[in-house]
Formats: sequence, C-alpha cells, structure tokens
Amino acid sequence: MMLNGCDIIMEVLIEQGVDTIFGYPGGTVLDIYDALYRYQDKIKHVLTAHEQGAAHAADGYSRASGKVGVCLATSGPGAANLITGLATAKADSIPMVAITGNVATSMIGTDAFQEVDTIGLSIPVAKHSFQVKSIKDLAPTLREAFRFAKSGRPGPVLVDVPKNIQLSSAEFSPMPAVEKTPDAEPDKALLDKAVELINESKRPLLFCGGGIINANCWDLITPLAEKADAYASFSMMGLTTMDGTNERYLGMNGMHGRLASTKAFTEADLIIAAGVRFTDRATGNKDKFAPKAKIIHIDVDIAEHDKNIVADITVAGSLETALGYILENIEQKNNPEWHEIMKLFKQQEEDAKIPHDCLMPWDVINAVQAKAPADANIATDVGQHQMWVAQHYTFTKPRTHLTSGGLGTMGYGMGAAIGAAMATGKRSVLFTGDGSFGMNLNELATAVTQKLPLTIVILNNSRLGMIRQWQSLFFGERFMATVPDRKTDFVKLAEAFGAVGYRAETLEEVNAALDKAFSIDTPCIVECIVPSDENVLPMVPPNGTIDNVILK
Amino acid sequence: MNEHFAVCIIVTNMAGVLTRISSLFSQRGFNIDTFTSGATENPAYARITITATGDQRKKDQLLKQLSKLYDVKKVEVMQPENTILRELMIVKIKTEGDKLREVIDASSVFGGKVVDMNPGTVCVEMCGKGTKLDAFLNYVKAYGILEYCRTGLIAVERGSNCMFSQPVEDAE
Repeated sequence: MMLNGCDIIMEVLIEQGVDTIFGYPGGTVLDIYDALYRYQDKIKHVLTAHEQGAAHAADGYSRASGKVGVCLATSGPGAANLITGLATAKADSIPMVAITGNVATSMIGTDAFQEVDTIGLSIPVAKHSFQVKSIKDLAPTLREAFRFAKSGRPGPVLVDVPKNIQLSSAEFSPMPAVEKTPDAEPDKALLDKAVELINESKRPLLFCGGGIINANCWDLITPLAEKADAYASFSMMGLTTMDGTNERYLGMNGMHGRLASTKAFTEADLIIAAGVRFTDRATGNKDKFAPKAKIIHIDVDIAEHDKNIVADITVAGSLETALGYILENIEQKNNPEWHEIMKLFKQQEEDAKIPHDCLMPWDVINAVQAKAPADANIATDVGQHQMWVAQHYTFTKPRTHLTSGGLGTMGYGMGAAIGAAMATGKRSVLFTGDGSFGMNLNELATAVTQKLPLTIVILNNSRLGMIRQWQSLFFGERFMATVPDRKTDFVKLAEAFGAVGYRAETLEEVNAALDKAFSIDTPCIVECIVPSDENVLPMVPPNGTIDNVILK
Repeated sequence: MNEHFAVCIIVTNMAGVLTRISSLFSQRGFNIDTFTSGATENPAYARITITATGDQRKKDQLLKQLSKLYDVKKVEVMQPENTILRELMIVKIKTEGDKLREVIDASSVFGGKVVDMNPGTVCVEMCGKGTKLDAFLNYVKAYGILEYCRTGLIAVERGSNCMFSQPVEDAE
C-alpha cells in the first residue's frame, strides 16, 4: 500500500510492538502528530513536560520492560533536549529509539528556524544515528534502528526524519518485528578454562552487572553461585540480577559499596565477572584491585575486555550461553574457608553501622521497603540518596531498579519512574533528593495527567549532599554552591501540580505518610526531612583501596 | 610504550561517516597524525587510512571501538614489514641565485619531480614513505621552504591478499 512518511512511521512502530511513546510536539513533527491523532487507538502518546523527560521515560520504559522505549521530539531545541537522555541510555546500555523531525532536506544547512545539526549532536551520545534522506529508506531505516538498538551491547539509536520525507509517499508492506541479531557464540575452549579455574577456586566471587539484565539471564546467577559455592557482588547496574535476600548476595561493591562486598574482592581468589565493565567507581585503584584473584571477564562487548582491567580469561559473546555452559560443567563445590572469611566480613559490616537517634535516610528507605510491593519499580535520581538506596534497598526482582549508573544524570528519576509505571502498569517509587528533584520536577505534571501510581520520596537534607560530602572530605569543608538555601514547600508544590504531598520528620510520620501514599493510585510526594551533614559510608576515596575506607 | 601505527578502515560510503570516525579518535583521546579517505573498487564503500600514536593497550581498545561503529565494515592495523605505505607531497622551495640546479638535482635523487617553476621558486612533487619525505624536507630546508602540503599515508598489504572484498552486487 502507498503511505506517506508519517503513516509509515506509525506502521513500523506498530509492527515493532510499540504501543506507547513519549514525546513533545513541534513544528517539524506536526505531521507525525497528525498521524498520531489518527492512530491514537493503537499508539498511546504520552506528552511530557520537556523532551529530556520524554527521553528518560523511554529509557525507564525500556529498563522496566526489556522492550525498546521510544521517544519523539521536534527539530532544534527538541532534539537538543534529548541529548542528556540519550547519553544516559548509552552509558547504561539501554535500548531505545529516538525519532526527531527536521527541516526539509532542501533547507538543511541554511540555519533554518529550529534547525540544529541533530546527527552531529548525537554522534558521541547515541549508539548510532540515521538521517533519512529518501522516503524509500524510511521503513528499512526505522527497522534497522530497532534491530541495532537491541543487538549486541544495546543502546539508544536516533532516527532523524526531515519534514519533506514525512510527507512523501512510498509503497509499504508490513513486516514482522525485527529480532535482535544473535550474540556471538562464546569460545568453548575459553569457557573450559573458566570452568577449570572455578573448579580450582577456593574463594570464588561472582561480579554481576547490568549486562546480565540485558541478556535476560539472571535466572542463572543463583544456581551458579550455589554450585560454585561462591558469593556475589554487584555493580549498581546489576543489583537486581539476584534475589537480595539470598545469603550469598553481598550487594554493591566499590566506592560506596557495602563493606563485605568490597572486602570480598580483596580476599577472593577468583572473580567471575559478567556484564560488568569495571568502572573506576567499582574498582577504586585498578592496580590494587582484587590482588589475590584471577579474573574471568564475560561480556558481549569485546571492547570492554582489557579496557579498564586486564583479565586472565576474556569471554566474548552471549552471556546466557557462557554462564549456562559454566553452570552445567563446573563441579559442585564446597568452600568452607570462604564462608568463614565472609562471615567475618559480614560481621564487620554489621559492626560498622552507627546508631542514630534521628530520622536517617536509610530509615526512610527501609520503611518504603516494608510497605512497597516487591514488584514496584524503584527509580532513583543521582547523589547520596542513590547510594543509600543501592546499599539499603533489598531488590528481589529483576528490572525493578532504575538508576543512572554510568552517566550519573541528576533528574533522571522522574522520567524513568513515569516510563516504568507506564510499561508495567505497576507502582513506581522515586527516591530523590531535594537537589535532583529540582532538576526535572516539571514531569510531575506528566505523572498527574497520566494518573500514575507514583510515590515520590524526597530525602530532603537541604544540601546538594554528594558534592557537599566531597567538599567536606576533600575540600576542607569549603561548602561552595552546595547549600542551596531554597524555600521550596514540596507539599504545596505537589498540590500546585495536582498531586498530593506530605512532609515527615519522624519515622512515625514517614510511616503514616507512606500508608497514605501507597493507598492512592495517583502521584504523591512524601518529603522526608533528614540530617544535612550525613555522609554516604562506607566510602573508598577515589582511586583508593579498602585500606583507605572511611567508615565514620 | 608508544608506537606509531597505520590503520585501514573500510566504511560505508555515506555522508557523515568521516565525522564519526574522527570523533571516535578524539572521544578516546587519540591524536590523529594523518587521515586520508577515498573511493574503493566498490562504490558502496570508502577506504580510510589513519596513522596515530599510542601504546598497545590503547591501540587495541581503539580498534575494538572502531569495529563497533555501525558504518565500519572492517578495521585492520597494517603491519609495516608487509605493507606498501605511500604519501604524496608537494613542496615549494626558494631557488635564489644559482640554487635552482642543486634543488632539482636533490629532488631527482629523492625520486621527486619538478611540477612548476617560477623565477626564484620551484614546486617539487614527491611520493614515498613518510620518512623519505621527511628526509627531503630536511635537506631542502637550507634553501628555504615556502610551503608544503602532504596527503597523509595510504597503505595496502603486499601480495594477493585483500583487506575487504565484497562483490558490487552484494553491497548493502
């Protein structure tokens, strides 16, 4: 059938299984919005307050559901506003497709109204970007964008569609949804060596990252830990790859990791790392990282091998195949000495906890944990609250933790929480700080319009806490620009947006507010007043080791 | 330890691809020494030759990152002992007084060709390995180099082996 470009976009989205997109209209996407009007029974368009929110929502949609999230923006400022969202998704390997309008091809390069070099802007922040220059390329390019977004190491792909292409017509025939290109088969010889190392190991440690989520193979982690008689540490992106209540689950490692988790790396004799990339925040001083261990590094992206850490065995390709093969071929191990060591580390972690007599951020996190459904989407912004959630929240289901791990994007959480709630139909909880919330709180309007079950927990310390912490520890307490001295009334702000707001200063008030917040299925802010000078601990200083850990 | 190396990259012959390649070098902290691009036997693809400097680990990382780019079909580091490396240069040299003969003699020793002459100046075209061109420039420096322009290296493996071959009709 002959269709114009806008209808081709709609038809390809439908054939790819897209039923929800996040976007903001504008001059060069008016015709696409006209098509959305006609297709509104098949594609739900969610109007956000800002294109950045749309990008984060598409990202959150993807993280929560495993599907490719889609956002739509106009040319110029619309495209420019997507950039932070694309960079966030790229850093965390999240598959999404961003569609942007552009001025007509005859106008490109003339500094036309709302013209910007979208492709040029997107190059370092997208996995790839396409500009469609001929109507016959439109459908194949969109399909290719979906395939490329989810294949290999996933990431965001941008498709820029000039206005005249939207209005041209071409023959269109529907196709089945594109499949991801199968991951490469891991090298069996290398896997056999890995099996041998695990069989020989007395103190094995799994190190699990977000790649396991992307590979949808989290089911292999607990059996692998049990058969290898190993413990498991996690990068922040990998926190939901194992049930957090399992006794082998040590939680996040690294700069703000849990003590036993970080210490495990110093005593382990073998690290089995899967879907992680050994960032500086996870390893500390790379020269002194895991000093007694051999390292097996399994990743779908060959470029991660030997990038940050030189491993003893690097396995490229499908994580599911690699971990499945290892699980099947290793012996059932028994490592009693390792349990003794880890028991000691866990006790040390317990002993390092400092009692407090006022409302602490983790008291709030624990209170939310007690009341929130296990399958709630837990989104965070970036900073101290993000670390406290990573340390204290016990995740039991995969894809329930949404956080900007690699890029560290303050303001990520609002959009992500919205996208996750729309993807799953389940409640989203956003943990945020007064600083991060200030970045994209405009999206509260979106959540209200969509009547989303969204609980926003603001850990308000009246500080830009994480930067303040660094100024406190490394800059002689010269607090520059981290004491905002704002007079924002978050309860009134919630009401102004058409949401509900509560303020809590004690644990009783927190519990009472949460009871109310979880009883309603529309957006609600719970502002919790927490101390201003609390630091995230433990802390391994930048480029440090566990020997430099700050515990109080 | 830093080494100087040449990389050949086969890319889809499309607008914007050069930007993506050069952007990757700067994103990963590499200085490009030379960069050349041109058509290949298959019009769907272009061949880029880049020379850069870096240690082994950074080089490996760069090659892997290059190979992940959507438009990149093949990446190869050229082995110097088995590669024909050539660069073209045009130099404009002062030839005051009786120096003209000396400059012309020197350029023919280096295998160069005089392509333009004016009273007081001469333009010499020269092709060869970078080190030969450097040596010539060094020699004629005393006469006075007015300007020169170099294309950057191109590289092809010796023998019958080809880096990338795809029949034209199969091109994507």
